[in-house]
Amino acid sequence: MYRYTEFDAAFVAERNRQFRAQVNRRIDGSLTEDEFKPLRLMNGLYLQLHAYMLRVAIPYGTLNSAQMRQLAMIAERWDKGYGHFTTRQNIQYNWPALRDVPDMLDALAEVGMHAIQTSGNTIRNVTADHFAGAAADEIADPRPVAELIRQWSTDHPEFQFLPRKFKIAVTGAEADRAVTRAHDIGIRTVQRDGETGYEIIVGGGLGRTPMIGKVLRSFLPEADLLPYLEATVSVWNLLGRRDNKYKSRIKITVHEHGIEEISRLVEDRFAILKPSFTGVDQAHLARIREDFAPPAFVTRPVDAYTRAYDSDPVFRAWADTNLSAHRAPGYAIAQISLKAHGATPGDASADQMRVIADIAEQFGHDEIRISHEQNIVLPHVHRADLPEIHARLKARGLATANIGKISDIIACPGMDYCALATARSIPIAQDIATRFDALKLEHDIGDLKIKISGCINACGHHHLGHIGILGLDRAGVENYQITLGGDHTEQAAVGERTGPGFSAEAILPAIERLVETYLAQRTGPEEPFIDTYRRVGMAPFKEALYGPEARRSRAA
Amino acid sequence: MTRRFTPKVVTGNALLEGDVVYLTVDDQWTRDLAAAEVLDDEAHAQLRLLDAQARQNEIVGAYLADVKPGAAGPEPAHFREAFRMRGPSNYAHGKQADTR
Repeated sequence: MYRYTEFDAAFVAERNRQFRAQVNRRIDGSLTEDEFKPLRLMNGLYLQLHAYMLRVAIPYGTLNSAQMRQLAMIAERWDKGYGHFTTRQNIQYNWPALRDVPDMLDALAEVGMHAIQTSGNTIRNVTADHFAGAAADEIADPRPVAELIRQWSTDHPEFQFLPRKFKIAVTGAEADRAVTRAHDIGIRTVQRDGETGYEIIVGGGLGRTPMIGKVLRSFLPEADLLPYLEATVSVWNLLGRRDNKYKSRIKITVHEHGIEEISRLVEDRFAILKPSFTGVDQAHLARIREDFAPPAFVTRPVDAYTRAYDSDPVFRAWADTNLSAHRAPGYAIAQISLKAHGATPGDASADQMRVIADIAEQFGHDEIRISHEQNIVLPHVHRADLPEIHARLKARGLATANIGKISDIIACPGMDYCALATARSIPIAQDIATRFDALKLEHDIGDLKIKISGCINACGHHHLGHIGILGLDRAGVENYQITLGGDHTEQAAVGERTGPGFSAEAILPAIERLVETYLAQRTGPEEPFIDTYRRVGMAPFKEALYGPEARRSRAA
Repeated sequence: MTRRFTPKVVTGNALLEGDVVYLTVDDQWTRDLAAAEVLDDEAHAQLRLLDAQARQNEIVGAYLADVKPGAAGPEPAHFREAFRMRGPSNYAHGKQADTR
């Protein structure tokens, strides 16, 4: 994986030195909050409901064991012994004291990490497929390009005061595990006539105006990527609305001006910018690629795996649910669920982080990934080692076999932490997971994505959930709206609202009725929820939620 | 008919720790909502808020929050303020841990 150069280390150290001085000036009264706020946001420091929150970037979701151990150390020394992994491949610390933050940032810098541009109107942490470099369906590892974009976008002088935040995701595979169609720019690696290039998708996003991104360029040669990105962001930087923050994202710009007009402006700008990129970026990319050379995979017997699979039903259930196909024979991609039934989605204790770091170092080529679905991935593990890995995970409550199932819920922090939230998310996720675990229905239900956001900003990707839940404040009471039919994959779709929302007490029974309807309607266990929904439509689900009145009002 | 003024307290977050604080009658910051000054008059509430906002070296983001009278002093009128007063619901962290 990428190792900081002297330049990177010096850049982060200097930024940390500046921020330490800014914190000191805030504390001694030289800076007002109005002066300090943009400075702290540039360094990932928020003020939430109960405390400050430090959001640390995990670029394209990749960590090594030393970094994971440092995250654990920081959690114990300066926070409350845990961290929260987010839908944008960041980790958030929920309880830092202002005075400690400069020390936390220095500790991060020791392992080549930072919190720069995890907030504010800048290009945010670049995310990528969490199976990068391991997936069987991959054309190219997206991480070298993601790292190039990270370096280009960090402190980019033209893009420090954008109309709004800007999010980029990259994938190198056919299957879209990076939600590229819901990003300001999504980059899909594609091949044409034997040449590798990119499909550039623009103007996707969730929030109060959810939109699926549109193709801006169906094939962009590899070498043109940075000038083309620069042209796109540059066009939006001038055109994007600054009069209304709800209309400032590029999705609105694309919607208002049309994809053809945006495309024309981007191509014009690209023609001007392209010659100024003299190829230095491609030379640099080649150096970055060396850091992402695949590990030395070995050929070993998988007998230990087969024995455990045949004899241990708990291991078998975990293997069936949490493993994915790896490109190398004998290897697997193992997902570690951070969704133990009843636990907070995405939270890991310092102890758990250390266990994961140890396993990655000993068995996983020192590689760890954080998925946008708030789970942890061991991208390169040999099947022969899986029984031992599973046993160690089980001992720390990390072997929940529920990846992709009803309890593998994305949930934003909601009003338990977030100052923007209109309702809580976490308790709803806990209730759903606990209930369906008690019913022992999870594996019968099969693949089903529930995604919960505690406000319209949609950090919990509720629009893309097969079942989406949006928490709102209705006349001083928490209220939860349901959407159905969302899809986060390459067939990205925004879910449709079922109708009026449900109270905090009524939302779990409502979800149960939806699931009962699916089980009654499906052609068989091989038809997942989303396929049944697409086949039968909203009507039976609506009737399950609202009763026969829904039928009467439609007939009226 | 003029609309009746909902009683308020001045609240914000402590500069150093970030935790929720309330303004008292004697210009102190308390962690305990029940000990906060209840403001029944709109003009007075606005003045108290201005005073609080000037205390930049102690707190961040002062605002007026609705309260209702309770047996032991003011109580939150909205669930957001109830959560701020207590802490998150997934762990016994925040104020609920400090007061145990």
